[in-house]
This record gives sequence, C-alpha cells and structure tokens, in this order.
Amino acid sequence: MKHFSAVFLPLATAVIFLIVWHSLVRLSGSDLFPTPMEVVGGIRELFEKGLLLKYIVASLFRVSWGFGLAVLVGVPLGLILGWFKPAFQALNPMIQILRPISPIAWIPVAILWFGIDDTAPIFLIFLASVFPITVSSMAAVQNMQLVYLRAAQNFGIKGPQLFRRVILPAALPQIITGIRIALGIAWLVVVAAEMIAVNSGLGYLIIDARNAGKRYDLVVAGMVMIGLIGLVLDLLIRQLEKFDEVKWGYGQR
Amino acid sequence: MDKDKSLIHVRDCWKSFPGKKAGEQVHVLERVNLDVQAGEFVCVVGPSGCGKSTLLNIIGGFFKESQGEVKVAGEPVNGPDPRRIFVFQENGVFPWLTIEENIGFGLMSRPAKEREERVTHYIGMVGLTGFEKSYPRELSGGMRQRVEIARALAANADVLYMDEPFGALDFITRLKMRADLIRIWQAEKKTVLFVTHDIEEAVQLADRVVVMSKRPATVAEEVRIDLPRPRDLDSPGYLAARDRIFAIMGMDVHGGGMGDLK
Repeated sequence: MKHFSAVFLPLATAVIFLIVWHSLVRLSGSDLFPTPMEVVGGIRELFEKGLLLKYIVASLFRVSWGFGLAVLVGVPLGLILGWFKPAFQALNPMIQILRPISPIAWIPVAILWFGIDDTAPIFLIFLASVFPITVSSMAAVQNMQLVYLRAAQNFGIKGPQLFRRVILPAALPQIITGIRIALGIAWLVVVAAEMIAVNSGLGYLIIDARNAGKRYDLVVAGMVMIGLIGLVLDLLIRQLEKFDEVKWGYGQR
Repeated sequence: MDKDKSLIHVRDCWKSFPGKKAGEQVHVLERVNLDVQAGEFVCVVGPSGCGKSTLLNIIGGFFKESQGEVKVAGEPVNGPDPRRIFVFQENGVFPWLTIEENIGFGLMSRPAKEREERVTHYIGMVGLTGFEKSYPRELSGGMRQRVEIARALAANADVLYMDEPFGALDFITRLKMRADLIRIWQAEKKTVLFVTHDIEEAVQLADRVVVMSKRPATVAEEVRIDLPRPRDLDSPGYLAARDRIFAIMGMDVHGGGMGDLK
C-alpha cells in the first residue's frame, strides 16, 4: 500500500498537471504557447536534428568545468578559512560582499574578460558555485564538535594528520550538502549564461527558439529538458550522502 | 599514602574564567588539592556545575590552571598526552570510522600486525566482537561508550580520565557499564580518575571518593571506600559510605528532604 501511494500519488499529480495545462492552452486559444503534446513533438524534433544531445552535452560540459573547479577551490579554501582564524578574518568580509552578487550581474564582466566562448559561462558557473561550497566547508569546520578535536589531540594527532584524519571527515557531511546546493545553482546559472554569452547549450536553445520564429514549443521543450537533467544531477550527487563515512551526518531517516 | 610520589598531583589549584561583565572573573576552582596514586580508582563527586569537570579538563591538559601546580607523573601538564586518555561524556568516538578503526585510532604508528592484535584483544575485552566493521551509529549508547574505553586501552594509556562517561546511558546499561569498567580496571591495572555527579556510582566504583563543594569548588572531604569488589549494594558498609557522602554534600537521605546545601 505504501509502495502503491509512492508511485500513484506523483503520477496522479503529473497527469492532472498535464490535463490542466492542455485545457488551459485550448481554452485560451493561444497559437503560440504549446500544449504538452506539442512540447513532446518539439523534443522529438530537436532530437532528430541532433541538436538536443549536442546542446545537453554543451551545457553539461560547462557545468562540469565550472562546478569542478569550484569544488577544487572551494573545499580547501573553506577548510582553511574554518580552521585558521587569521585567514578567516582576512578573507571572510570580502567573501560575504562578493557572495550576494548574482552571477547574472557578472555576465557583462565575463564577456568583457573572456569574450564569447566557453570560458565566460564556465567562469560564471564557477563564481556561482564556489561561494556556497566555500561557506559550507568553512561552517562545517567551525561547527565541528569539539569532542572529536579533543579526542584527536589526546591521541597526539596534529598538523596535516589532524586535517586528514579528523577535520576533513568531521566536516564532510556538511561539505557534501554545500556541494549539492552548489550543483543546483550551477545548473540554474548555466542556462542564464548560455542565453547571453554563447551559441550552444540548453539556455541558447531557449533564447534562440524564441528569437528565431517564436517557436515556443521548443522553448518549453528546452525548459522540460533542463528540469529533467537538474533532477538527474541531484539524484546523482545525492549518492554521495550514502557513503558510510558520511551517513552519520544526515540524521536518522 | 605517599603524596610526593603520587601519579597525579594537584596543589593549590585555582581556575577562573572571564565573567559576563568586562574585567569580572568567575572563580570555578579554589585551592584544590588532589593526589591520585598509580593504579588507584578515584571518583570525584560534587554538585552539578561545581567545577569537577573543569578540574578533570585541567588535569587532562585541555584547560590551563589559573594558579597552582598540576603535575602528572612528576611533570607539569602542558596539554593532552597520549599516555593519558580522556573518555568524554558526549562520546568522542569518531562516527566516520568503523569500530575497529576507532579502537585502532591511537595505534597508527605501530606495525599493522601489532595494531590488529591489540584491536582484536580490546574489542573482545569490551564485548564488541562481531561489531568490528560496524559504524558507531549502528550501536547503542552503551556500546559506543565501550568503544571509547577500548580505544583508550588499545593505545596503552596508563591513565583514564572519565568525565561522567555513563551520564547519558539508561539505568540498566549504567549498572552493567560500571561492572564492566571495574572488571577491565582490575585486569589492566590502570589508574582511573572518574568524575560523576552520581554518589551511588562513585561508591560502587572507587577506592576513594573525593567530594567537592559548591562553586567556587574545593575538596570538601575524601572518603576511602574499603569494600571488596564486586560490591554488594545492600551491604552496611556500602550504605554507610554512601550516606556519609550524602551528608558531606548536605543531603539527609533518611530525612527525605534536602539539607542546607551550604
């Protein structure tokens, strides 16, 4: 019964949503906004032209680079800021000022610096994801339970050993949470960046479909693909939370 | 008792913390004197918040005394030391390591074979054989506390500092843990300095109970418990020792009410 409702309820919601969508488009008499079936047709058209896969790969490529670099920079930086007080005092105010600036606001700057190629969106994705990763890694170290630190010191562990064997594993669950949030943001930002700075990718698909002939079936097709891929990315990154070394950090569920 | 040769030696120890107002000092410990001999099991009891845990943290090297002399094995305490392991109330077992990795944590510099032998030995001693590959979250509170004790023993610590280690456990588990601790202590000939607010626990465990006063705390009195182990909790000797400590702490157990806590 439990299993049945876990499958049935979301399916029912989806079916109702699609029926309402379809009816509203028909009722409004709009010839621009597509019905669900027209969107499916749009997706098929994109697939057959070979654009769908090409654009998905282009977007994922940018996200992989920008997000990957953000992890490589953000995690060590956050650990250092969380552990060394002077580093925190020196850098935290700057980070807190840069952090609330929307990555969208950086688009003109990115184009100025990097021109119209892959570097600009990668830079924007990096910027958007490096702050949540840094801040969550920093907080993870600062909020680490003192008892683990004391126990480690009691056993004579210090220096790099202390980092590797205690501080990093103690902070890891919260770091992974930050990484997960950052990946969601990265996926949001790649679409925005591709609307302006490049000529490929799912964001470009949407803006191009609108500009070149008001093909709203393709616009919504792009949106649906973005949503589905975002879901898959989150499901994938969630697998990190299942490792035995970090499971303890996520409560009893 | 030869106080000059005691393993843990605390003389005229004071500890103050900065208070809420600027320049204000809160005195937690005042003129504390304490001696523990090698191999002795000493319990420190006192009212909640009296500073007994602060004293243990000073001896363990996590806090520095404000004034006075704190020596262990003849040397002033300057930070924690792997020969003397602290067992924490809130449980310092690392949740990201398996039980065997936790118990072997203090043995990283030893050869793999020796490490393995010691881990196996102490897992058996604390009754956790079969849980080697488990993670702490899969264990009960009492089992996790045993892991922490085994981790200290495996590292071959001479002294265990225990800060209300059974405080978070249920009654039956606490009773069992006390019996286990005594068995291990007798087998291993370690020195144990054990802080608790539970007078009955102290009388069940200790060779000697150090009773502390309210804050600013000092040692009010020491009570030697010369009773054979395992202790009969209904024996006249046990009850007399218990009531004596209750009386020192200002509580009349037979009157039912609380006496003058001063």
